[in-house]
Amino acid sequence: MDPNEVLKFLRLTYTGFSDGALLALIALGLVLVFKSTDVINFAHGEFMLLGGFVGYQLLTITASWGIDPTLGTILSVAALVAAMVIVGTLVERLILRPLIGEQIISVIMVTIGLSSIIDAIVGLAWGTIPQPLPYSIVPAALSGRWQIEMEGARRPLNLPQEAMLTILVVVILVVLLMVFFKRSKYGIAMRATADDQQAAMSMGISIRVVFGLTWSLTAVLAGIAGLLIGELTNAVGGDIPVVGLRAFPVIILGGLDSVAGAIVGGFTIAMLETYASGYIDPSLKNVVPYIALLIILMIKPYGLFGQKRIERV
Amino acid sequence: MATQSGIYHQTYASDMQLRPTTMQRVRLVLVAALLVIIPFVVDSSTQRLVNTVVIAAIGAIGLNVLVGYTGQISLGQGAFLAIGAYSCGLLQAYLNVPWPIALLAAAFISALLGGLIGLPSLRLKGLYLAVATLAAQQIVDWVIINWDPIDGEINGRATDALRIPGNALFGNADLRLNNNDTLFYIVAAAILVVVAIATTNLFRTHIGRAFVAIRDQDIAAEVMGVNLHRYKVLAFMVSSFIVGIAGALLALQSTAISFERFSLSVSIEYLAMIIIGGLGTVSGSIYGATFIVVLPEVLRSIGRMLTGTDAASLSEFNRVLPFVQEGVFGVVIVATLIIEPEGIQRIWRNIKDYFRLWPFSY
Repeated sequence: MDPNEVLKFLRLTYTGFSDGALLALIALGLVLVFKSTDVINFAHGEFMLLGGFVGYQLLTITASWGIDPTLGTILSVAALVAAMVIVGTLVERLILRPLIGEQIISVIMVTIGLSSIIDAIVGLAWGTIPQPLPYSIVPAALSGRWQIEMEGARRPLNLPQEAMLTILVVVILVVLLMVFFKRSKYGIAMRATADDQQAAMSMGISIRVVFGLTWSLTAVLAGIAGLLIGELTNAVGGDIPVVGLRAFPVIILGGLDSVAGAIVGGFTIAMLETYASGYIDPSLKNVVPYIALLIILMIKPYGLFGQKRIERV
Repeated sequence: MATQSGIYHQTYASDMQLRPTTMQRVRLVLVAALLVIIPFVVDSSTQRLVNTVVIAAIGAIGLNVLVGYTGQISLGQGAFLAIGAYSCGLLQAYLNVPWPIALLAAAFISALLGGLIGLPSLRLKGLYLAVATLAAQQIVDWVIINWDPIDGEINGRATDALRIPGNALFGNADLRLNNNDTLFYIVAAAILVVVAIATTNLFRTHIGRAFVAIRDQDIAAEVMGVNLHRYKVLAFMVSSFIVGIAGALLALQSTAISFERFSLSVSIEYLAMIIIGGLGTVSGSIYGATFIVVLPEVLRSIGRMLTGTDAASLSEFNRVLPFVQEGVFGVVIVATLIIEPEGIQRIWRNIKDYFRLWPFSY
């Protein structure tokens, strides 16, 4: 086998894998909201945009204090989480709650309207020029590059270790979420609501609290994803929502209401994108997920792991 | 809706009238008069804006057939417009087809491809269908960007844009559409009137009622004998036929078209039009289209009045304006959905009812 081809395959797989972790993280936020509130959040990409810029602002502030980057990162991420909780709660209270029980098209449109509003706010506050983060949020252990050499290859394979950061973050978040959903009172309430709203209500679960919590959680996930993109692409800028759009084939592929589907779908779509753009044509990157999506929907209309809904008239 | 009292229908013909009351007929005459007067009284830039409104209104009616009347959510409006525009443009550019024929052919091509894009609707509904139409949007965008025959050049520079020759009709260069705003207005407004009347009447036939039945409860509709597969695809075809006309008009209006004008944000704008105007109404589509097209221009004018003329405030104005336009667009959508989900059409009806019953409240 041609060593160049082997290295190319390794490089594509590595990129696809770290990209897949990012897509899975984004899809996770979308699935959480859909599972408990039946809303598909078209403003998720804009939540990421907002999170990225708030994170950038916090990092800039901590940098101006002159403290150690590790401590600064921890402080900033904590403040970012708090800020996104507030954003999520406000959005749920002001915009989504009045529309509970409305038809699907209204709910879709209200999140689209929300995305325009967030876009405008971010644009007015930070402008359109991409802003580089003041310091890297990658831990020192991950800041190097991996070199893989192979006999006969033109040049060694050079992989940025920081791409592993996404995988690390996703693993940590998924474990935390699993513990939250299995063990904590609110996590169990959220699962109950997702399963059957009426039954959950009659068991004394406050649907309002659960909805507020869900939106806060998804906003936090989006905010972290936004900051990660800022780190991986070296700057936070107006193109973050485009990454958010890439998560839609993922959630449809995996099934709108399946957490496992979001993760499997994230890696599948990312691998498809990287291999198609690496081996066939770079321009295919944006369209291949949608072609795969159409084929899968034709065979399994509720995605790979989605729950089939039984309807009564 | 409050109806005027004292109306007694004595024949089926009078019962089936679209506009039974005198007031409605008076308003109809006023609207018709307005349509005729416009080209005589407005300046050329306003005329171009009016033309854009007319195209958007046709497109919005088409989308409303699908989303408002049949309940099939589509995020692929931009793709349908693109199919119409590029069919019309390619027919003119390569085959030298005169524009009326290209326009009609584009509508039929759009209907065919629209039916094809609608095929997933046979198995999908709701959100899954919305994302499947998003797929159509992305695939059509990709084809436009990467398919070589559509990549033209402008001023010697290769672009993704397609030049529209705007063929002369009957060998008469004055009958070209893309350099004659008044002629374009006459053609587009006539088409809008035909489309509006045809769509209103469509929903008085068994086909239209089948569409509405599918929207209200698809399973019940199927039980009652509506062939779901047939009527869903038919709804996609009717809708994209009308949207295809709007797309072809977009091509005929300009000297070149490129993919940016048919992106996802265009799909979203059209959805906003029918939501703000009123889902499932022809008049609502027209109000909504007018509102969404005119709103950014109004904001620009207001902004111009509020800012100074020196270079610093002008550059600040240019920086802020797009964000304000986008933000107001979002606020209007959210406010409409929360305050009056039935849109402008309902607000207008409430106003009419208020004055008809004045001084009583009901």
